[in-house]
Amino acid sequence: MTRPKIAAGIDVGSRTIKLVLYDGSHFLFEKIVDNTYNTAESIKELLGEVKYDALIAAGYGRTLVEIGWDAPTVSEITAFAIGCSQEFPRKKTILDMGGQDTKVIRVNDAGKVVKFEMNDRCAAGTGKFFEVMAKTLNYTLDEFASLRITERDPLKINSLCTVFAESEVISLLARGENREDIAYALHKSVVNKVSPLLKKIYDSGDIIFCGGCAKNSLLHALLEKEMGQKILIPKSPQLIGAYGASIIAFNTIRNQPVDSK
Amino acid sequence: MGEDWKPMWKELGLDLKAHDELLSVLVKFYNDIFMSQKDRPQGMVYFDFVMSEVHGLRIKELLDAKAQGRKVIATFCVYIPEEIALAADAVQVGLCGGAEIGFNVAEKYLPRNTCSLIKSFFGFSQAKICPYFEASDIVVGENTCDGKKKAYEIFKDLRNLYVMDLPNMKHDLGRELLKNEYLKYLQMIEKLTGKKITVESLKKGIQISNEKRKAISRVMDLRKYNPTPISGKDGLLINQVAFYDDPIRFTASVNKIADECEKRVKEHHGVASKETPRILVSGCPMAVPNWKVPHVIETNGAVIVGEESCVGMRNIRNLVSDKGNTVDQLVDNLVDRYFKIDCAVFTPNKDRLDHIAQMAKDLKADGVVHYTLQFCTPYNMESHLVENTLSKAGIPLLKIETDYSMEDMGQLNTRVQAFVEMIKK
Repeated sequence: MTRPKIAAGIDVGSRTIKLVLYDGSHFLFEKIVDNTYNTAESIKELLGEVKYDALIAAGYGRTLVEIGWDAPTVSEITAFAIGCSQEFPRKKTILDMGGQDTKVIRVNDAGKVVKFEMNDRCAAGTGKFFEVMAKTLNYTLDEFASLRITERDPLKINSLCTVFAESEVISLLARGENREDIAYALHKSVVNKVSPLLKKIYDSGDIIFCGGCAKNSLLHALLEKEMGQKILIPKSPQLIGAYGASIIAFNTIRNQPVDSK
Repeated sequence: MGEDWKPMWKELGLDLKAHDELLSVLVKFYNDIFMSQKDRPQGMVYFDFVMSEVHGLRIKELLDAKAQGRKVIATFCVYIPEEIALAADAVQVGLCGGAEIGFNVAEKYLPRNTCSLIKSFFGFSQAKICPYFEASDIVVGENTCDGKKKAYEIFKDLRNLYVMDLPNMKHDLGRELLKNEYLKYLQMIEKLTGKKITVESLKKGIQISNEKRKAISRVMDLRKYNPTPISGKDGLLINQVAFYDDPIRFTASVNKIADECEKRVKEHHGVASKETPRILVSGCPMAVPNWKVPHVIETNGAVIVGEESCVGMRNIRNLVSDKGNTVDQLVDNLVDRYFKIDCAVFTPNKDRLDHIAQMAKDLKADGVVHYTLQFCTPYNMESHLVENTLSKAGIPLLKIETDYSMEDMGQLNTRVQAFVEMIKK
């Protein structure tokens, strides 16, 4: 009796590493760990927990896996497109806001990437921005991601740059501005940075919001308002890249025979 | 390099220490990027040799020419006709500006937000690490983009500089301006060299340049076959060396490579598999030793099958007619060819849009990578129209705007890998 083949997908991001195992119909294993100063060591620990027949790496740190584990790599663009395909099979535009970059990917009905654009030169409009701002306003990241703030006329945050915006926030606090008003304005500022990118690529179909930042409910609500339509969020928005890599890895071994073990 | 060229470099006034650093970086890059390739045409050995002697033997040849009373004319732009230099028995060398070198020095004169190519030539010149500058009798600039135009105003105090004016538009008045500028330039070259340019000597110059273009075109045309016989990096290198090597020797070497590539095509012997995604690179020129983006593309599973740029198709498209009984008629012939060059400094520039789409079709490219330098307004602006044209033609496009630094290698690799995955059949 043969056991099912198992494919592993690893997404080595700037802030977190995501690992997923896929057997052709289910995701058997899912784990997210923080990336450390020694990424190779973190990858080694994570991969040490599992057994697999094929491995594919995506993300910023994919070359480490390629070199250390002789694994093929796939761009996170393709990984995200495939990773969303089961939950959202129709034509879609994927907005992925990760730790240090943001990307928009248009995918056709056949699941193929047809256009994409990235902002990866600058932390503005990425998870990094939220991390820095949450800290400055004395929220935990989880608190900052689940703020319930009613719509209001936003304060103006002039700086696009994360570093300069942080200084601006400190000045606003010093002059007595309300913490919630500032938080709201910061979220608006991110939407202003990200929505032009989204509008450039989007033409029709669903909008899928992935990446760690998709866990931010206020950001989600403000983006929906800006785009004028519902924006869908996968059950596990942060794992989409790893899902995609594991599906692609599985497709490389689906027709190979495997002995029972 | 074979011989010890240090005495020659010292005499030219180079900063030996800085120059040594430049050379060691160049050698390492060349080894990593070119020598690591598999299955290159045998004839590329000539280019490996030329590159190893880029600051050695070639410079000696220039100095020997000067000792014989010939002049060395250093140029930047494909609009400066080599035919005129050849007609006056002079040597024309194209200055590069393809490395992030001497930028600290360059930024003493130029704003930080200047295109890398301009900063590079300033850096090479003022940091005293370019023997071509030091060996030249005159440097020829041209009123092309704003960056260069204004940079020459500063540069004229640093080097013996002649600036040619170019028209903005391709109408009759523009053509007249170009002809006048060519005649003026011809007279300047006669004065500089002390040699009269005759119908015979100009026809000879035209023939030499034509033969060079024809040889390069042979190789470039063979890249349209699948599998392609030569890598994009090697194709680019041929286009790059065309600017400063001895034209007759270069032509013979390239014809040999073309013969080899013809044989390869007959045998279906490619440098990459038939399934490898094929990419046309279009946009700003890549001067030696700028190999950054082609290297990223060809190490991410694709092969480059053409260069729509000045260090590429724009330099070799169309020949100059050698029919005519007067120098004036032959200069008209030069204008006929050169006026057609479709650089983004001209407005409008519809020919280029059509050329990119046509080249993509002819070369059976699966996609186009539009390459521009940061702060290059003409090409960055024109990329919007390029995008429209390719979108209508259903040709996938990736736009890359970058500089000479290694800062964005991660970002470039991600984008290129994603694009190659996207266009793979």
